[in-house]
Amino acid sequence: MPDVVQTPAAAGTRMGEEYLKAYRIMLLSRILEEKLSALYRGGKIKGGVFLGRGQEALSVSVGIHLRKGDIFAPLIRDQAGRMAFGDTVTDTLRTYLGSALGSMRGRDGNIHRGRPREGYYAMISHLGAMIPVVAGGLMARRFRGETGVVGATCIGDGGTSTGAFHEGLNTAAVEKLPLVVVIANNQYAYSTPTSCQYACADLVDRAVGYGIPGHKVEGTDLAECLRVVGGAIAAARAGGGPQIVVADLLRLVGHGEHDDGQYVDPALRQARVGRDCLMVAEETLVTEGWASTEDIRGWHEEAERDVDDAAVRVQRESEPDPAKEIWEAISSRHLADRFADA
Amino acid sequence: MNITYLQAIREAQARALTDDPRVFIYGQDVGRFGGAFKATKGLAEQFPGRVIDSPLSEDAIMGVAIGAAIEGMRPIVEMQFADFSTCGFNQIVNQAATLFYRTEVPCPIVVRLPSGGTPGSGPFHSQSMEAIYAHYPGTIVLAPATVEDAYSMLLEAVAIDDPVLFCEHKFLYNHLKADCLPDVAMPVGKARIARSGRDATIVTYGAMLHESLAAADDLASDGYQIEVVDLRSIKPLDTDTVLASVSRTGRLLCVGEAWPWGGVTAEVIARVSTEAFGMLDAPPQRLNARDTPVPYHPSLWGTHRPTAGTIASATRRLLEL
Repeated sequence: MPDVVQTPAAAGTRMGEEYLKAYRIMLLSRILEEKLSALYRGGKIKGGVFLGRGQEALSVSVGIHLRKGDIFAPLIRDQAGRMAFGDTVTDTLRTYLGSALGSMRGRDGNIHRGRPREGYYAMISHLGAMIPVVAGGLMARRFRGETGVVGATCIGDGGTSTGAFHEGLNTAAVEKLPLVVVIANNQYAYSTPTSCQYACADLVDRAVGYGIPGHKVEGTDLAECLRVVGGAIAAARAGGGPQIVVADLLRLVGHGEHDDGQYVDPALRQARVGRDCLMVAEETLVTEGWASTEDIRGWHEEAERDVDDAAVRVQRESEPDPAKEIWEAISSRHLADRFADA
Repeated sequence: MNITYLQAIREAQARALTDDPRVFIYGQDVGRFGGAFKATKGLAEQFPGRVIDSPLSEDAIMGVAIGAAIEGMRPIVEMQFADFSTCGFNQIVNQAATLFYRTEVPCPIVVRLPSGGTPGSGPFHSQSMEAIYAHYPGTIVLAPATVEDAYSMLLEAVAIDDPVLFCEHKFLYNHLKADCLPDVAMPVGKARIARSGRDATIVTYGAMLHESLAAADDLASDGYQIEVVDLRSIKPLDTDTVLASVSRTGRLLCVGEAWPWGGVTAEVIARVSTEAFGMLDAPPQRLNARDTPVPYHPSLWGTHRPTAGTIASATRRLLEL
């Protein structure tokens, strides 16, 4: 396990700024996800709602260290990382609520959203599949002579068991690509505990097999996540090749909002791994003197206001119109097989 | 000049690499070795850094190609055998084929699938995957049957902004020769009347075109004039050319080397039956490989797939209906 972070007094201000910025994104993400949960329970969202509660510190640390021009393929529990990379409350709500104005225009929903032209790739549901795709994006950048670019993608402990995870990481290692794969070891893949998922002592040991650096971090500690994930991204950016980061934490919600997660071992909830990273961050803000409890209360209220306003606005937007939908799956319209629609 | 179907595929890739800096080739053994069939022979030397050996990872090969395509490249993937594309199936059908509809970002990838049977190749080096890929929305599926088409359709495939499954037939690689490469070509999406006739229509593609043409020759000696349609493009399927031919002959036999269940032949018959039922003088027929894995031994393989002999027999039965 990593050492408990010691805040160097000299770096206090700069570190405090980054910490605070990350915290505000975590908070907005948490409050937005609570809204999504309420909308789901109120029957306003069709399909699933999948939340990142408990994983915000890790996720935000990825997005916050990426730059414009980098590639990010977030996964299911990365609302905070998405927002740090530039996703918005409005587009999140639009995608969940099926607004025709959302980036997926009702053609896909919930966490399956992105803007690939902006380096923000839209995940498919098949776990591990985004790893080689980000690798390919990085190969394209290399073809074009771009340097200093990083591609990052996130996955859970369950996703590490897929063939795509292995093939993608191995390929990235062979090509020495600036890829960072962040693994949220959140103790359960849906209901499957880690004891049924892998037999190695620690997932970070996998790095040795790929010949790449592996980093371990306590996923409930924002300062540690910022330091370790930031370090891995900097190493990849500097030409150090692929990196994996393994964070221990606990998924504090069910797999989706349809799942009460009753199978989670109560002992884990009481353990250090089961801490709520947002509460840990708020305690740190106060003890470090970076914010007061009044500040924090005010930020909560501000975020709730912003999210509520956006939710009201987005719920008034039009749904996609089947009569106006272009029912074509290819861009070469002259090559569409029209018979099937006849 | 005497050029084979395989050389035409090599030449098309050389031309694509020359003409378009966004093109690169990715696959197993495609680099200095020149590919399992030598379809990329010499290209790594001619185009340094643009013909890249991959690990033995079909899923990652496809994933890499998709990521590169998102970023504006035009990758050509060589699957060593079409059969192995099942290991990259998820990326092809769920990632590449859904990308444009989901995100409005096109996915210009050519996946070369060395397809179909050759004697002794057995269950895992002989498969024809065109129906599987055509089943999914978001794909274009091509099956060139001539040297000229192998060249021109591959070049056109590289220029298409969508995922193209290029089902090149291994049996034709060295069997088929032409005098020269074409300057002008029939576009993708159009079927070709490979032989004109008035008594019955055979609709086919790939290596079965040549078996069907041989069957038509055989039937000509009995006085029958058989029209043979080479589909060329599986998806989109040129239904108009098929319907026009059937409306002239009144009889249809579809021939495919692939398995029968839910296949290309079934799709052609469904379209003809729904659109031109009144034009038919007899129930439409089809002839496919048997519904077993492709056998290894040449004597079994030779009767597993349709041949000129079985196609001629099926056509005779159709003519008597």
